[in-house]
Amino acid sequence: MSTSSGPDSPVLVLEDVSRVHGEGETEVFALSHASLTVARGELVAVMGPSGSGKSSLLNLAGGLDRATTGRVVVEGVDVSSLDAKGLAALRRRSIGFVFQDLNLIPSLTAAENIGLPLELDGWSVRRARSQALDALDRLKLRELADRYPDQMSGGQQQRVAIARALVGERTLVLADEPTGALDSHTGEGVLKILRQRCDAGAAGLLVTHEARHAAWADRVVFLRDGVIVDETGAAPTADSLLAEAR
Amino acid sequence: MSVKQGLLALLAEEPMYGARLRSEFEARTGGTWPLNVGQVYTTLARLERDGLVEPVGGSDEEGRIAYRLTEAGRSEIESWWLTPVDRDSTPRDELVIKLALAVTSPGVDVQRVVQTQRTATLKHLRDLTRLKSRASDEPDAHDLAWLLVLENLLFAAEAEVRWLDHVESTLGRMPSATLRGARAAAAVAEPVDQDDGPRATAASKGGRS
Repeated sequence: MSTSSGPDSPVLVLEDVSRVHGEGETEVFALSHASLTVARGELVAVMGPSGSGKSSLLNLAGGLDRATTGRVVVEGVDVSSLDAKGLAALRRRSIGFVFQDLNLIPSLTAAENIGLPLELDGWSVRRARSQALDALDRLKLRELADRYPDQMSGGQQQRVAIARALVGERTLVLADEPTGALDSHTGEGVLKILRQRCDAGAAGLLVTHEARHAAWADRVVFLRDGVIVDETGAAPTADSLLAEAR
Repeated sequence: MSVKQGLLALLAEEPMYGARLRSEFEARTGGTWPLNVGQVYTTLARLERDGLVEPVGGSDEEGRIAYRLTEAGRSEIESWWLTPVDRDSTPRDELVIKLALAVTSPGVDVQRVVQTQRTATLKHLRDLTRLKSRASDEPDAHDLAWLLVLENLLFAAEAEVRWLDHVESTLGRMPSATLRGARAAAAVAEPVDQDDGPRATAASKGGRS
């Protein structure tokens, strides 16, 4: 089912979403009545203690898991209305994932890893490569194009994983602790990229336990026991910060 | 530290008069510590009384008197660079006192106090991060001073959030009897204002970048 979709409509909407595991006495709410909207150009961080439902929220937003009740809408499409094939297509076209374990395929070069989702979507090898090189260029990583994962540092692999998440016309980027075990300088570089992509019009959802990383987001949503318990207001624009300073 | 060492450090480079000392001090500490000219002249008078600075000749046509270091002043500032900052005297921190009182006061919802503050501190952290992301990739010496001050504020805000997380998880492990009445929903004080004091002043330097 397609709902309203346009340049001003949100990229991601969660409407009263719950995810329940088990039933009866063993029923556990991984996520309980969560509502959240992420607009184009916006990066939203999700924080909370371990087991609070952060990753569940991200998996539901990315169509990797299905809500027990409530609606998840990505680019105007109600995810629950899609069959497995439709869902896979939505994930390939609209959603980029960055996980802590990078999931780069060891036998493919950086450019091949990045182009793979496009090839799976029926693009020609040549066209997929050209898009992959564009994605690498945007992140100033062109020199890594023909390297295999084991020929790159952890930080380089992570940036390639981000390039893969951003290749083509993906409008929603979902990142789960994307800086993983990177040192603070490299980790900051990764967040800067994420921020820039959102500033350029993508919508981002970032799960993190680090306040320093969440600080790159426009808003922070807190989860506890599967419930959104608090939310910082929208960020002031840089201009309003400066106006305040004068 | 007092303003004293700051002025001595600047005068170690060349003689300066009060207004210039003030503007140099502010520019080179990222605006963290605004001084008024009166403070500068009072401090100069004390330094002169203690034999650490001396006037260079008389006043110029605008009535300004430049000061330079004496030998005693020079040795004072040289020893200051290598003397560690005293960490034994604990400054009063309103948030720490608030939380300490909250966990021992009946009727205060400590978790809400923690959450309210964390939200406020995270907003502050986000604003600092925005300012930092606007800073130049190739800073000159003054930009660098400002950047380092900004990073100090970032680390402090981050540490505060981590501490609040720690408070929350510690409270979560406590048997409820330990927290006298803390579960009763009641008065929640305002978050400590992050816009007070030197932090906000430093953030106001955003116009530089």
